[in-house]
Amino acid sequence: MHTRTIAELSALLHEGAVSAEELAQALLERIQRLDGDLNAFITVTAEEALAQAREADRRLRSGEATPLTGIPIAHKDIFCTRGVRTSCGSRMLDPFVAPYDATVVERLAAAGAVSLGKTNMDEFAMGSSNETSYYGPVRNPWDPERVPGGSSGGSAAAVAARLVPGATGTDTGGSIRQPAALTGITGLKPTYGRVSRWGMVAFASSLDQAGPMARTAEDCALLLQAMAGFDPRDSTCVDRPVPDYRAALAGEGDLKGLRIGVPREWLEEGLDGKVRACVERALQVYRDLGAEVREVRLPNAHLAVPVYYVLAPAEASSNLARYDGVRYGHRCQDPRDLTDLYKRSRAEGFGPEVKRRIMIGTYVLSAGYYDAYYLKAQQVRRLIAQDFRRAFQEVDLLAGPTSPTTAFRLGERLDDPVTMYLSDIYTIAVNLAGLPGLSHPAGFVDGLPVGLQLVGDYFEEARLLEAAHRFQQATDWHRRVPPGCA
Amino acid sequence: MNLDRSSVERIAHLARLALAEEDVPRYVRDLSRILDLVERMGAVDTRGVEPMAHPLDIPQRLRPDEVTEEDRREELLGLAPQAEAGHFLVPKVID
Repeated sequence: MHTRTIAELSALLHEGAVSAEELAQALLERIQRLDGDLNAFITVTAEEALAQAREADRRLRSGEATPLTGIPIAHKDIFCTRGVRTSCGSRMLDPFVAPYDATVVERLAAAGAVSLGKTNMDEFAMGSSNETSYYGPVRNPWDPERVPGGSSGGSAAAVAARLVPGATGTDTGGSIRQPAALTGITGLKPTYGRVSRWGMVAFASSLDQAGPMARTAEDCALLLQAMAGFDPRDSTCVDRPVPDYRAALAGEGDLKGLRIGVPREWLEEGLDGKVRACVERALQVYRDLGAEVREVRLPNAHLAVPVYYVLAPAEASSNLARYDGVRYGHRCQDPRDLTDLYKRSRAEGFGPEVKRRIMIGTYVLSAGYYDAYYLKAQQVRRLIAQDFRRAFQEVDLLAGPTSPTTAFRLGERLDDPVTMYLSDIYTIAVNLAGLPGLSHPAGFVDGLPVGLQLVGDYFEEARLLEAAHRFQQATDWHRRVPPGCA
Repeated sequence: MNLDRSSVERIAHLARLALAEEDVPRYVRDLSRILDLVERMGAVDTRGVEPMAHPLDIPQRLRPDEVTEEDRREELLGLAPQAEAGHFLVPKVID
């Protein structure tokens, strides 16, 4: 049962071949058995899950069910969940029990999905390896000595290890797509504003976006259908109709007439040779499906990481100023005065990567440096976005590697922040431009999964999902199961 | 870009972060490296380019100024490390 996709489970639930309660029970047992080693979950909410599952069974019987009713999922621990600890992977929020549900949590629950718990993540979503979590690193199901990627590493590992068929993630610079690539699953970062950020702990508000992680594009379509849509509580959420994503995947079909651009800059230095070869074989699959694949240019691509490490830390330093040890979260013992209370609560509550980013952000926003760093970065951000606009006048989608290497070893990049940051060289520009991006399994190198990234024009999620779905109808990389997880 | 020890200490103070003495050299090294990375954008000619604050370049939406939140004062105060008589407690700030 655990190897089935959401679409398959949905059919079984609707036929009555399995009940939501049996399914939840089976996966909770699987989590208990396997997650001690993986560490994909921070909190498992068995009791709440079984109650939700029984309610789902009632809806399935009474004919009020949606395609997600009774489907077990997990939420990245960045989404507020009423009555359940919402830690964001940080000691700062270890004591925090959210007083409300995030919109994403609310919508998936309303559709009848059953949440089994909260998944591990890099602290405050800052990291590309899931090693900065206060709750310890997550292991990659394909090789326990390697990272699952980050920051949505717990969600990625849980889906890859068949603990849940789907999970939520968030992506500020690659945090859905990079772990999806490194664990061999499918993950979608929607257009900025497509999914509400309300109740999602803020990291960099002009970049953050929530999205689905699952094993197939079809399952991502089902999850996105419930997650997307206007929410008046998020002032940046876009009021625009949500298309029928699954309808775009109907039938067998091909990709005749689809123009795919491969940015030359994404295949240049920094890319592992074997990963490149794997990506090129995947591009051949797209050609065989009838797509026209041609080279395009993104001349400012090399500036994305530098720009990001001004803007994201600047926004983070401002967003994380709210953690003051006064209203909620961690507080130090016996503060001498108010400044001591702030400084020690924050020093104890935040780990080293979060401190680095807060300090970089504080520096680039400080008097005398604002124009040289922050304003300059916002200008270069526009140049990067304009590159994409030009590319989309020639092609419908962009394709390339999601990450320059396969999963790296635990500890390998932890002491060198800049090397860690370069794990996201192909994903970051997509957030800066606000475009939708998807990573799907494209093959293996030395037993480790490789992801192909597809990028679409604004609000073209359906086109991304359709292309990935056709690829998955023609290949079986997404069906490969990590050792010990079958 | 080489930050010195005193700049790092000043930044940490502005960010209200107490740094342990022995951790300062590591932050000096790491923050300097990150700024080296960032400075690669310095060479780009951005004259006349309008700064981009929002990825979709759309204006902030406004809403009617109406109360929509329910009163959950006690529940929310219950999340605080220290609260009393309807207030958050902090160390004495005025003698």
